[in-house]
Amino acid sequence: MLLSGVVVAMFGFGYALVPLYDLFCEVTGIGGKTGVTTEAQARVVVEDRWVTVEFTGNTANGLAWEFRPMVQSVKVHPGAITEVAYFARNLRDEVIVGQAIPSVTPSAAARFFKKTECFCFSSQPLAGGESKQMVLRFVVDPKLPQQIKTITLSYAFFDAGQYVDPPGESPAPVQLL
Amino acid sequence: MATADIAHHDDHDHHPYGFMRWVTTTNHKDIGTMYLIFSLVMFFVGGAMAMMIRAELFQPGLQVIDPQTFNMMTTMHALIMIFGAVMPGFVGFANWQIPLMIGAPDMALPRLNNWSFWILPFAFTMLLGTLLVEGGGPAGGWTLYAPLSIQGGMGVDMTILAIHMMGISSVLGAINVIVTIFNMRAPSMTLMKMPLFVWTWLITAFLLIAVMPVLAGAVTMLLTDRHFGTAFFDPAGGGDPVLFQHVFWFFGHPEVYILILPAFGVISEIIPTFARKPLFGYDSMVFATAGIAFLSFIVWAHHMFTVGMPLTGELFFMYSTMLIAVPTGVKVFNWISTMWRGSMTFETPMLFAVAVVFLFTIGGLSGLMLAITPADFQYHDTYFVVAHFHYVLFSGSIMAMMGAVYYWLPKWTGHMYNEKLGQLHFWLTAIFFNITFFPQHFLGLAGMPRRIPDYALQFTEFNVVSSIGAFGLGIAQLLFVYIVVQTIRGGQKASDEVWEGSHGLEWTLPSPPPYHTFATPPQVR
Repeated sequence: MLLSGVVVAMFGFGYALVPLYDLFCEVTGIGGKTGVTTEAQARVVVEDRWVTVEFTGNTANGLAWEFRPMVQSVKVHPGAITEVAYFARNLRDEVIVGQAIPSVTPSAAARFFKKTECFCFSSQPLAGGESKQMVLRFVVDPKLPQQIKTITLSYAFFDAGQYVDPPGESPAPVQLL
Repeated sequence: MATADIAHHDDHDHHPYGFMRWVTTTNHKDIGTMYLIFSLVMFFVGGAMAMMIRAELFQPGLQVIDPQTFNMMTTMHALIMIFGAVMPGFVGFANWQIPLMIGAPDMALPRLNNWSFWILPFAFTMLLGTLLVEGGGPAGGWTLYAPLSIQGGMGVDMTILAIHMMGISSVLGAINVIVTIFNMRAPSMTLMKMPLFVWTWLITAFLLIAVMPVLAGAVTMLLTDRHFGTAFFDPAGGGDPVLFQHVFWFFGHPEVYILILPAFGVISEIIPTFARKPLFGYDSMVFATAGIAFLSFIVWAHHMFTVGMPLTGELFFMYSTMLIAVPTGVKVFNWISTMWRGSMTFETPMLFAVAVVFLFTIGGLSGLMLAITPADFQYHDTYFVVAHFHYVLFSGSIMAMMGAVYYWLPKWTGHMYNEKLGQLHFWLTAIFFNITFFPQHFLGLAGMPRRIPDYALQFTEFNVVSSIGAFGLGIAQLLFVYIVVQTIRGGQKASDEVWEGSHGLEWTLPSPPPYHTFATPPQVR
């Protein structure tokens, strides 16, 4: 039956909206999804232009971590690779695995903000009471629109315990409710 | 007339009697009746919840129910009214009327029809059962936004499965409607000769099969997020809670037209009858309906202007939303033009129809205000939104259904309803409706947020007025039940035509129509 086919197709379309949505956000930078570069490509450094990059950080849903940027803001030349660090400390005495989710404002700048190394690329375990400097290396694409002078990068750390196995332990049971 | 012979022949209907007749029936009239009774029961269940909401909001502070229960009531009221009252109600009218209006002996897939009805009582037993389980019913709003809906107890899981069942029921019903309309029309009943109620239902059915599966997908994602370790909506696992809003409203906006388009069809049947003129601009009505249906797919994000969309997105959704005013305006213009210089009489169905045109337009205009993105940041999630959607859903869909009951009940039962009581019911409903919901516009503009059991003192007076109106509106509906029961049990005999200005195939049948009708296709001029 043709109509049943339409029903199945629309059910699939509901799921297809998930990657479509991600793709749409990546292409347009909506939602502040940042661009990713895996290797430090040689770039032309634009010496006569300065862009201010501001950093903020917070924890979401009561993740018991102290989490803040080590520097509030840096001035960079587009094309120059810059390294900064965030400070994170586990306030509990048990292992907590966190996952940082980045967001860039304004969203028009998002896809020109490229990270070559970031603690947000994978989940970060912290042992009880452990503190750590988390490194972020980025480059601002020289193609960044001229009117953008300031980029704000924000990280929210989420508890990722249910999605990863804690290191050194047997796989955690799937957490219900 | 051939129909008289058929009537005589089929007086001894071949069907079981008693309870099993209703369980096993494949007759479109029986199933239509069951749908309508089910819808009426759900209307009172959802209405009782609304009464609890308004009782709590009668005074500032917390008096009647605790906040968690209040949140359950707002959530359940919406789910039950949308999926339990309005949608099955219109499917009931479709079952009764579509075969009669296109000259078909029954729906095309009668066993499927039986099944799509009988899924519903189980779905709603499960939905209402959530109120009894640990953790209670869903309380995060009927939109089930993640991440809140990921957190609730097992009541949320039961809600998700109930929504799956309602979705299956609606999709099966919609498939049945489409197949019936495409394959079972009487000879020479071309598509552009079909009554407008049939047209609006055809387009509604396409909307249903396009978006109910998307809702099913969205709630399935919720279910797997809750129990099976996926992370569609949890940022920690790489998901995004805003994604849920996009998927949900991709279903949600066409859904509001699913709720209103059959009402437009009803109005387009009633007004020509009592204006004693053919419908003005039939073709433009059909194209306007199709236009609204198309536009409904590209406006969804106007429900979520405040999530932090880029300017381009907000502009697109603002303009596309405003565009819907054009086909809707065409419809309102056509209804008014149909009445223009007509020989109008104001029996109860006509009173309801005129009230729908008037009050729905108020709801449409407040919708246009909400479509203006910068203004929406002020109105978002306030009582202005509540007032808006009750003007389109209560005085649009529900009052159109009441008008339709008064319009077709004499045909179905063979008895005239009590005209005096019917008009009394209309005036009570129309007046109390406005007392309930008009002040909510002011509350919303003054900044009273929705879905909160308490409010600041300066909102007291309007809330008192609104609650008094709601209680009156609730009590007035008992009169409706009394009138319907009285009409079913007896009353003045209705003629075949019922109404002086009636037109269409259903009025060529005797009142009440025999159990099987149009066993031989009728001739259509």
